[in-house]
Amino acid sequence: MNELVFFINNVVIAGSVSGSIYAIGAVGVTLIFSIMRFAHFAHGDMMTFGAFMVLLLTTAFPGAGAAFGVPSALILLPLAMALTALLAVGIDKAFYKPLRAHGVKPIVLVIGSLGVTLMLQGLIRLFAGTSGQSLYVDDRKEIFRLALPFEGARAPVVITEPQLYLFVITLVAVIGLHLFLNRSRLGKAMRAMSDNPDLAQASGINTNTIVAVTWVIAGGLAAIAGTLLSLDVTFKPDLSFFLLLPIFAAAIVGGVGHPYGAVAGGFVVGFAETLAVFNWSVMLRPFRDSLPEWLTQSGNLAFVGTEYKIVVPFFILVVILVWRPTGIFKGKVI
Amino acid sequence: MAAIIDVQHVNKAFGGLKVINDCSIQVEQGSITGLIGPNGAGKSTLFNIIAGSLPLDSGQVLLDGEDITNRPANELFHKGLLRTFQIAHEFSHMTALENLMMVPPAQAGETLFNAWLKPSLVSRQEDEVRRRALEVIDFIGLHHVRNELAGNLSGGQKKLLELGRTMMTDARVVLLDEIAAGVNRTLLGDLVTNIERLNREMGYTFLVIEHDMDMIARLCDPVIVLAQGSVMVEGSIEEIQNNPQVIEAYFGAAS
Repeated sequence: MNELVFFINNVVIAGSVSGSIYAIGAVGVTLIFSIMRFAHFAHGDMMTFGAFMVLLLTTAFPGAGAAFGVPSALILLPLAMALTALLAVGIDKAFYKPLRAHGVKPIVLVIGSLGVTLMLQGLIRLFAGTSGQSLYVDDRKEIFRLALPFEGARAPVVITEPQLYLFVITLVAVIGLHLFLNRSRLGKAMRAMSDNPDLAQASGINTNTIVAVTWVIAGGLAAIAGTLLSLDVTFKPDLSFFLLLPIFAAAIVGGVGHPYGAVAGGFVVGFAETLAVFNWSVMLRPFRDSLPEWLTQSGNLAFVGTEYKIVVPFFILVVILVWRPTGIFKGKVI
Repeated sequence: MAAIIDVQHVNKAFGGLKVINDCSIQVEQGSITGLIGPNGAGKSTLFNIIAGSLPLDSGQVLLDGEDITNRPANELFHKGLLRTFQIAHEFSHMTALENLMMVPPAQAGETLFNAWLKPSLVSRQEDEVRRRALEVIDFIGLHHVRNELAGNLSGGQKKLLELGRTMMTDARVVLLDEIAAGVNRTLLGDLVTNIERLNREMGYTFLVIEHDMDMIARLCDPVIVLAQGSVMVEGSIEEIQNNPQVIEAYFGAAS
């Protein structure tokens, strides 16, 4: 039974946490791709920026959450989302729009977004410093220990407060996005534009509005992902930058341009990572007697060491690109 | 009759290549005006300028007296100026029927509020749009492929779908860019009949680019001949066909 708890803690919960973060990040990347047709590398730093805004706001308004019984960071998250959305629209106006107006190739926009990455990271470092900081400025992180109602289950299932919020918010965000894309005029226009921008415009759709809306959604989602990640661990200026690879892997696995695919891809990559570094020897312990000796003697039976975790999304990416180049959901269009 | 489209002294160059050269044309309200000319005469460029897909260098475009110079295509759509594309455009991931249903603006189902709280209104309106789309799809002879993804249709069928789109809304002016290219002969006859009917019954004004002279002869009056970026001659098809300048432009100087 303790093995099961160990599995839940280290795979189910840990995988869902990274999966949710990757999913929210990948949805933003995929939406930007489907509307503007370029890979937005500054997405990780937009996530960090969102978390940074939350850090600033919680420092400025300590105790904001106490009245509602939730962490201040969570109460101030909508404000941070709005600020990040504003930043995203601003970056587009200042850097990407002039490039698009010149009709450049997508690769130029990609390089431009690398420049934005460096700029954003530098700015955040300049103001936030390089060390890790907790987003729990004025309150304490709750940790829930749930004992399983089974005999012999001594270790509890451990889940932290930000992880619970992460699951709930991911679910709400995905459902909200689904309704938006399928049940609203702007969502319908977005789908049309991702299919054929010229025809969309000739059918009366204001493509500038759609671009702005895309940035607002991507920016808002980035702020959610960055903040919840920083709540779970700590805020660092380069925290989300290192998630860029798994996020892009998730977007590609799901089929670039396909938001549901991005969600699925996020969880595929998240779980693949945690399963790959999971120590299977623990799970084999109950069957020790019936297994060959060479299998049970080793104390560590993980597929890859924790320090090589980053190769997992790479590996998935290569497999998907060889096996199904358009992703599991056949992307390109919303 | 008043000119619904009035293009005044428009110039457009791509790099050093002057494509439209002080070009002025008028399209009369209620007419089916043809726009012909040899390859590279600037017909499509002029179309793109009128339709708001391409910025012009100098000059002015008026729609029913209103200045629409350099207005984006989406604004012109709402003012009743529609276009089709020379290379047929479609929403490839929607079915042919959905492509048509996409067109009418401001449908009730497009807001979350209505979608949830007024389902009867939404479904009633959607039924109406669907009925109209089905009528149009019958009209353009694509009934048998209505549930196919538009991306899988043939080139000619996509062209018909383009014409169908213009019938889904109350247009004032429709710019048809080589609508007949790639459409078979029998369908072509239907197409001409449909365009005439839209013109007569719905009051659509058409500006038509076409290489098919039979179609121009059947459909268009007046016809404008464009050469090297400006108007060479304008008149009825008989006048055009007997004009030595036109013959020279098309077939080269008689040596």
